[in-house]
Amino acid sequence: MFEGDLKKLVEMAKKILPTSIYQELEEKVINSEKLTEESKEKILREALRQYVLSLSQPGEPVGVVGAQSIGEPGTQMTLRTFHYAGLMEFDVTLGLPRLIEIVDARREPSTPIMKVYLDEKHKYDKEKAQEIARKLEYTTIGKVLDDFEYFLGDNVVTLKLDPEQMEDKGVTVEKVIEALKRAKLGEIQVDEEDPNTIYITLSERVLPPEYMYHVSAYKDIENKIKKLYLKGIKGIKRAIIQAEEKEVDGKKVTEYMIMTEGSNLAEVLRIKGVDHKKVRTNNIHEIASVLGIEAARNAIIEEIKEVLQSSGLDVDIRHVMLIADLMTVTGKIKQIGRLGIAGQKPSVLARAAFEITAKQLFDAAVKGEEERFLGVTETIIAGLVPRVGTGIVLLTSPGITSVGDSGENQEEEK
Amino acid sequence: MSYNGGRDRFESYLIDRIVMGVLPPHEINRMARVTVTRPDLYESDGSPITGGLRDPHFGAIEPGEVCPVCGNTRENCPGHFGKIDLARPVLIPYYTDYINIVLQATCRQCGRLLIPSEKAEKYRKIYRRLKEKWPRLADNFVKELRKEAAQTMECPYCGARQFRIRYTRPIIFYEERPEGETRLTPLEIRDRLERVRDEDLELLGIDPKRSRPEWMVATVLPVPPLAVRPPITLETGMKSEDDLTHALAEIVRQNLRLKNFLSSNAPETMIEEAWITLQYVVAAYIDNELPNVYPLTQKRVRTLKTLAQRLKGKEGRLRGNLSGKRVDFSSRTVISPDPYISVNEVGVPVDIAKILTVPMRVTPYNLEEARRYVLNGPYKWPGATFVYKARSGRKIDLRYHRNYKQMAESLEVGDIVERHLIDGDIVLFNRQPSLHRMSILAHKVRVMPYKTFRLNPLVCPPYNADFDGDEMNLHVMRSEEARAEAEELLLVERHIKTPRYGGPIIGGRQDYVSGAYLLTVKNRFLTEKEVVRLLAAAGYKGELPEPAILAPKKLWTGKQLVSLFLPKDLNYTGKAKINSGPLSCDSIDCFHDSYIAIYEGKLLMGVFDKSAIGAEQPNNVLHVIALEYGDSKARELLDTMYRMFIRMLDMRGLTISLSDVDIPPEAREKIKELVEEAKKEIAEMIKEFEEGKLEPIPGRSLQETLELKIINRLQKLLKDAGQIATSYMDPFNDVFIMAKTGARGSDVNITQMVAMLGQQTVRGKRVWRGFRKRTLAHFKPNDLSPEARGFVKGNFRYGLRPTEVFFHAAGGREGLVDTAVKTSQSGYMQRRLMNAEQDLYTAYDGTVRDLYGQIVQFKFGEDGADPMMTYHGKAVDVDRLIERFGVIKEASK
Repeated sequence: MFEGDLKKLVEMAKKILPTSIYQELEEKVINSEKLTEESKEKILREALRQYVLSLSQPGEPVGVVGAQSIGEPGTQMTLRTFHYAGLMEFDVTLGLPRLIEIVDARREPSTPIMKVYLDEKHKYDKEKAQEIARKLEYTTIGKVLDDFEYFLGDNVVTLKLDPEQMEDKGVTVEKVIEALKRAKLGEIQVDEEDPNTIYITLSERVLPPEYMYHVSAYKDIENKIKKLYLKGIKGIKRAIIQAEEKEVDGKKVTEYMIMTEGSNLAEVLRIKGVDHKKVRTNNIHEIASVLGIEAARNAIIEEIKEVLQSSGLDVDIRHVMLIADLMTVTGKIKQIGRLGIAGQKPSVLARAAFEITAKQLFDAAVKGEEERFLGVTETIIAGLVPRVGTGIVLLTSPGITSVGDSGENQEEEK
Repeated sequence: MSYNGGRDRFESYLIDRIVMGVLPPHEINRMARVTVTRPDLYESDGSPITGGLRDPHFGAIEPGEVCPVCGNTRENCPGHFGKIDLARPVLIPYYTDYINIVLQATCRQCGRLLIPSEKAEKYRKIYRRLKEKWPRLADNFVKELRKEAAQTMECPYCGARQFRIRYTRPIIFYEERPEGETRLTPLEIRDRLERVRDEDLELLGIDPKRSRPEWMVATVLPVPPLAVRPPITLETGMKSEDDLTHALAEIVRQNLRLKNFLSSNAPETMIEEAWITLQYVVAAYIDNELPNVYPLTQKRVRTLKTLAQRLKGKEGRLRGNLSGKRVDFSSRTVISPDPYISVNEVGVPVDIAKILTVPMRVTPYNLEEARRYVLNGPYKWPGATFVYKARSGRKIDLRYHRNYKQMAESLEVGDIVERHLIDGDIVLFNRQPSLHRMSILAHKVRVMPYKTFRLNPLVCPPYNADFDGDEMNLHVMRSEEARAEAEELLLVERHIKTPRYGGPIIGGRQDYVSGAYLLTVKNRFLTEKEVVRLLAAAGYKGELPEPAILAPKKLWTGKQLVSLFLPKDLNYTGKAKINSGPLSCDSIDCFHDSYIAIYEGKLLMGVFDKSAIGAEQPNNVLHVIALEYGDSKARELLDTMYRMFIRMLDMRGLTISLSDVDIPPEAREKIKELVEEAKKEIAEMIKEFEEGKLEPIPGRSLQETLELKIINRLQKLLKDAGQIATSYMDPFNDVFIMAKTGARGSDVNITQMVAMLGQQTVRGKRVWRGFRKRTLAHFKPNDLSPEARGFVKGNFRYGLRPTEVFFHAAGGREGLVDTAVKTSQSGYMQRRLMNAEQDLYTAYDGTVRDLYGQIVQFKFGEDGADPMMTYHGKAVDVDRLIERFGVIKEASK
């Protein structure tokens, strides 16, 4: 099939083969000094032959094969939530539930997680990493509050802060006071002896006199204070530092990165010290809106790949790519299911055969839709041949009639 | 017309398209052959009432009955519609959503769209352009437009004030007039809808030609033919009517009541009540599961299955009868293994072969053969069950036409004989659940005695079958095209490679693996007699190779025998399954015989085990042969070499006994010590925890930290115990061989038999529920020790304690529940994936498109390669190519 000398073969290989394969060939074969000319030729010829033979044939129902390849191992997947790859700090949804979540294109994963990598300046220093982690973690007064005291009928409430938590989260009393001031609750006073005790004289607007004896009024105020924002990024519930031993230029170094529970890609990218090229989240919609649809497509591939890998399943990446591409062709993430791809098919019968049968038929009637019998479901319903696989061939021969008693006569006899 | 078993009664056409629309009243009137006026069905003498729901004008359904409309009998009468003239109009549910839209967006007085004309003109232009290019965007555009119109409170045409319309699903409308909320009657609604202009409807996304809104308010109701709602006769002779007939009868009844009230000038409230009742009954007739509608019932217990229910769901018309159908020419029975038939074959019991038939057109070339079948008749295999005479067009059932001889002699060219299944016929074989395409494969028939389907055990993996009572289905194809396609594309050997990951899905499991290992181990030397037995099993015809040892006795190695079957120019290197732990090697320089090297078709070193011949092992010997030498070469190997592997086991035997899983007392003592040590450490942790000294893992509570630590410690204990146990076992006992070669069982299984079962978990945690603050009454409350929380230190060899049995059962039960839940979830996911992806295919230009024309990928998987044809995902495996052809310069000199 592929004739010619080595030079010609190399040219052909360059033209026909995908670059990654060609590069590997170039490195290992063409530029090899060990191999004989003859075997180089043989290898190239066979590589070209194999590649051309491996091409997906016209009509190949790649969609069906893909759906089967991902669906079939579904039965072998786990149903559990697992600890994140050996880390004890996080639970992460993996296995079948996560896969369903991805193809459903849920707005929010059930366990949103970000991996925040740091830039050169910050990643080797634990202190600096810790500082960034503190910047990320969404902190409210509630997180550093030890106790909230009040007396019915008294408009002065006492906040007792937890110094240990304050240090851990990197919060100062000043910051708390600032936050309280912003909320305009009333006059604020710090205990002279204990800097961690704050008194607030509530204004009448916050605690109207007629509610002075209602416990619920104080409770409401407590909750309000607890929710007051101190620092951090919305949606990041926890940020934990992870150390990783790495070898850079022969030297052993410890690299730090931050794992977060909760995700907010847009805001995290704004933080200084974060390596914005490496930051990752498992929230696909966030990726789509911040980085665009191509990034979301890659994210879907990566996420599905990770689920399959963690369950120890072997599925060709091409099938995963097809799903990701199908979910994102329109430029928006579309769910696999009645609200997405299956529900937006141009065929009434295909939609009705999937879910919500009656409504589909009535809607189609009102819109005066036409059923053209193009897709697989419709064609099968009508007893036609779907135009995939061998059905893609439209040219047919009436057959060969021969030998005395001709076929035509037979037809007439019938 | 092609032959289809003589069931053609009508000329057949292919459907080109279906146009959907609302059935207009004039159309209903036109096609109606009966006007139903009476709710009862039969006269007292049992004859159907004219003007009732069983009127003969609905079409002939009884045998011998002649249709008064078309003059046909039940075979040819297509059935005819009737109608019910409603005393007052009625809203049809589902359409009400659109009625609502029209009411909201148009003027209550003049019926114009509530958008000024120039603007509307502009919108129309945009809409038409969108509709042509991006129909989905047009839908969204319409939605916005509707909103805009609905918010306009004064008609830009006639200036009339608009009121808000409130719609309560499914069929009630209110208008919020200044004087108060008023219910809109179907009459008023119909009046308004009539006034709406066609061009305004277009902008509301309604096709006025096919669905005028006033048609959505029914004045006349079509009554389907009897063929749609056939009555059934019970054994007792009682007639039982279809649910639809019951529902229609109720409509007629309510309609009659309303009519009577109207003609007798009954009080308005009574008329009102009867009218509303009629509306609800009609709604229930359309869909008996609508919210806020009382379902129609039979004797107040059984809810009727009305129109929507017939179509909906898995057993509904669409999914149950149109997308999937029940078929003839199929059979099902238990499967059992037969390694001595080809993987391409299936053993079919004679009893089944005599029932399933293949139509065979008589030609001058097969006339004699056909006569032989007919002569044998339907009860003697290989015979025939029917003869279809071309000349007379008659179909003769040989069960009743007993003169086979005469029948055989009268056969002529052009006749069709339904002959029994014979050896070599192509059939489809299937095992549910049909999760991938390898769940239905084509096999060649081998007719055999007894009552089960016989299957080569090598084909178990694609079907995921075993022989513990599994049943499988067999289908006979009826057209030459289907058979040709099946043989070319669906034959078992064409599916040795799976498209899921680019590896072999067919291949050895269990006995094949251990057999292959035992045949190819270094110390296997075979006498001439043994060699002959093995090669006979493989069907080898040819010379014996030169023996490896000539004196004192001629002896051959297993590797020599295997080499006889490998392609003569095969070069291959790779790790064996046993290549791990103490037996691991990274190159051909391997002392443990765990690195396979095949040079020019000779297995030089390395054992054959799961990694070489097993199923689902990408890039193994079998896979490489299938890719490089073709599927049929791989099949040949499966049908020859693999038989030798099981014959090896026949000869040697493979069994396990208690002694295989027993270890000496000192080993058990050692394990006991390990357990004590771990327990002590854990007690320490618990003490720390109780004293509050335990350092928590960031982000975890103290309790969680403790649990994690304990579980980790116990896992380590299990691992250590397993290691000790295995170090004391004979590495060549059969249990070990099976686990090591990948034939069956794993290190975990061995550990559990020999050492201990380890920690049992429920929901990923130690067992914690049961009694208050403890798992079982055998323990003290709040006991956190390993024993009290599901740690099993017993093993299967020496047995478990009662509490351990309980914990083990708890863990086991969870597994069972999990599987049950999982299958339904993953089943639904696969259905959705399938639905979304089914229309995608590779076009002639290599792009991936759907059948509606949308391009999804420019090249499938970015390189266009079909995963089935790849080396575990690689379209071209350069290293493998070098291995095959890479002659080193010096070596060639």
